[in-house]
Amino acid sequence: MSLTAKDKDTVRTFWAKISGREDDVGTDALSRMLRVYPQTKTYFSHWTDLSPGSAPVKKHGKTVIGGVADAVAKIDALSSGLLSLSELHAFTLRVDPANFKILGHCILVVMAMMFPNDFTPEVHVAMDKFLAALALALSEKYR
Amino acid sequence: MRHSAFFLKPEEKEKNAAMVEWTEQERSIITNIFGNLDYEDVGSKALSRCLIVYPWTQRYFASFGNLYNAEAIKTNPNIAAHGTKVLHGLDRAVKNMDNIKATYAELSVLHSEKLHVDPDNFKLLADCLTIVIAAKLGSAFSPEIQAVPLKSAACATGEELWPLFMCVTSFQMKK
Repeated sequence: MSLTAKDKDTVRTFWAKISGREDDVGTDALSRMLRVYPQTKTYFSHWTDLSPGSAPVKKHGKTVIGGVADAVAKIDALSSGLLSLSELHAFTLRVDPANFKILGHCILVVMAMMFPNDFTPEVHVAMDKFLAALALALSEKYR
Repeated sequence: MRHSAFFLKPEEKEKNAAMVEWTEQERSIITNIFGNLDYEDVGSKALSRCLIVYPWTQRYFASFGNLYNAEAIKTNPNIAAHGTKVLHGLDRAVKNMDNIKATYAELSVLHSEKLHVDPDNFKLLADCLTIVIAAKLGSAFSPEIQAVPLKSAACATGEELWPLFMCVTSFQMKK
C-alpha cells in the first residue's frame, strides 16, 4: 500500500488547502484523541491539564501537526526524512506504535469536520495511506 | 492491558456487551444523532466511502455491479441502497439499546455464516460512518459525542460507539 504519485499530489494539494488552519487541526485532533481514547492519556501524565483545548494540549497539537507538515514536505522519502523523529519516539518517548493509528484516525475525523467539501473519499484514501506511511516511518527505529 | 474490544476473545466480548448500561446522557446523544440523520444520504456515503478508502472491502459486493473506480462506486445505486439498509440495521440497535445482543442475533449469524465478513471490516465501515457524520455535523461533532463510551466492567477504555454496534454483529463468529 505504498504512496503512488497521484496519492502524493492529492496529499500535497489538500495540505495546501488547509494551510493556515493546521494548528487548529492539530489541537482538535489531539484533544479528541485524549478524550475518545483515554488510554492515550498515559503518555501525558506530566501535564497539569488534559482537557480539550488546554494550554499544553494546544502547544503539543501544534508540535505534532508541525511534524505532519514536515512529513508532507518530505513525502518522497519519509523513512530517511523522519529518522530523528523516529529515534525520538523509539528511544525517548517510547510511544506504542498502535497509538499512531489512533491519532491518525482523529486527524482524519477533524479534517472531515473542518473541510467537509474538500475531504472527499479520494482525498480520504490518499491521506489515510499517507498517515499510515508516516506511522511506519516513525516506527522505523523501534526494533 | 487490552485497550481495544477487538482484541478480546469472543466470550469476553459477550460478557462485556451483556454488561453495557447506558447513561441518560449517552442515550440522548445516540438518539439525537440518529434522529437527525438522513439515513439514505449518510448510509450511502458511508458505504461508498468504505469501498473507496478500503478497496479490499469490495470483496463482499462482487454482485453489486460496477465498482471499477471511485466515480462508479459513488453513483452505484445498489451500493446506495445497501448503505441505507445498513443504517436501518444500526437503527434497530439504537431502538433496542438495552438488548443489542438479542436484537442482532440473527444479523450476526447472517454476517458470519452466510456472508463470511471478516469482523475487522466492521471497524473500517464504522470509521467511515464516523467520518461522514463528522463532515455533516462539523464543529457540533464534539469529542463527547464521538466518545459515547463502550461501558463494561472489564473493558472501560472509551471506545467509540460505532465499533460496539459493529462488534456485536460478530458475536457468533466461530474461531
